[in-house]
Amino acid sequence: MLRIDRATYDAIVAHAREDHPDEACGVVAGPEGSDRPERFIPMLNAARSPTFYEFDSGDLLKLYRDMDDRGEEPVVIYHSHTATEAYPSRTDISYASEPNAHYVLVSTRHHERQTGLAGDDVEFRSFRILDGEVREEEEVEVVESYLFGHSPTTVVYD
Amino acid sequence: MAIEVRIPTILRTHTGGNKTVEGSGATLGALVDDLDSQHPGLKNRLVTEEGKLHRFVNVYVNDEDVRFTGALDTEVKDGDSVTILPAVAGGC
Repeated sequence: MLRIDRATYDAIVAHAREDHPDEACGVVAGPEGSDRPERFIPMLNAARSPTFYEFDSGDLLKLYRDMDDRGEEPVVIYHSHTATEAYPSRTDISYASEPNAHYVLVSTRHHERQTGLAGDDVEFRSFRILDGEVREEEEVEVVESYLFGHSPTTVVYD
Repeated sequence: MAIEVRIPTILRTHTGGNKTVEGSGATLGALVDDLDSQHPGLKNRLVTEEGKLHRFVNVYVNDEDVRFTGALDTEVKDGDSVTILPAVAGGC
């Protein structure tokens, strides 16, 4: 399951809408091994294309160096599909190479451009992709705030 | 001195979980051969059957993407640092 806070969820959707009709992409980093998406990092789609996305190679190096310095890993890797459903394409699957990441797909195919109007359907889906296969589609739980979103059984008291 | 190579998560199965390994060689291609002799299978993940770098990986020598410096022919020397990262890309 992917548990993500409302502000980050909204930021991903807003980025997808803003870059429509090109694909938008980015990362939400979190402490290594925590599975907590905490730091929203929108990336430039170097391909600037409605059918392809790619992080710029210099940006990629900087991103990974920053995460390394902070002890983080990419917890969420997101991108948008602008004319098709929010499901990983063959290209998405062949490139996917972060075994611990949640691959989030947002589709803007039914959005009016930059509307954000109530009633817009948001397709926001999350997948695990490993060894060239979609392993599972997982539930997405949006919590209002990450800190208070845990159920009592997962709260760790010092 | 040797050449330090940073290994991404997905390839650490080949390096016993190590984030960095060391190797030697005069070019990136020779370095990859040396790494493969210490960590079998690594080369296959980086280089295609035609002997070119996979489209799915980015390799940097001292922060320079080797696509712009001669790919596997890029010269390397002791003290250099090499970073391997999976490309983050896709498309519908």
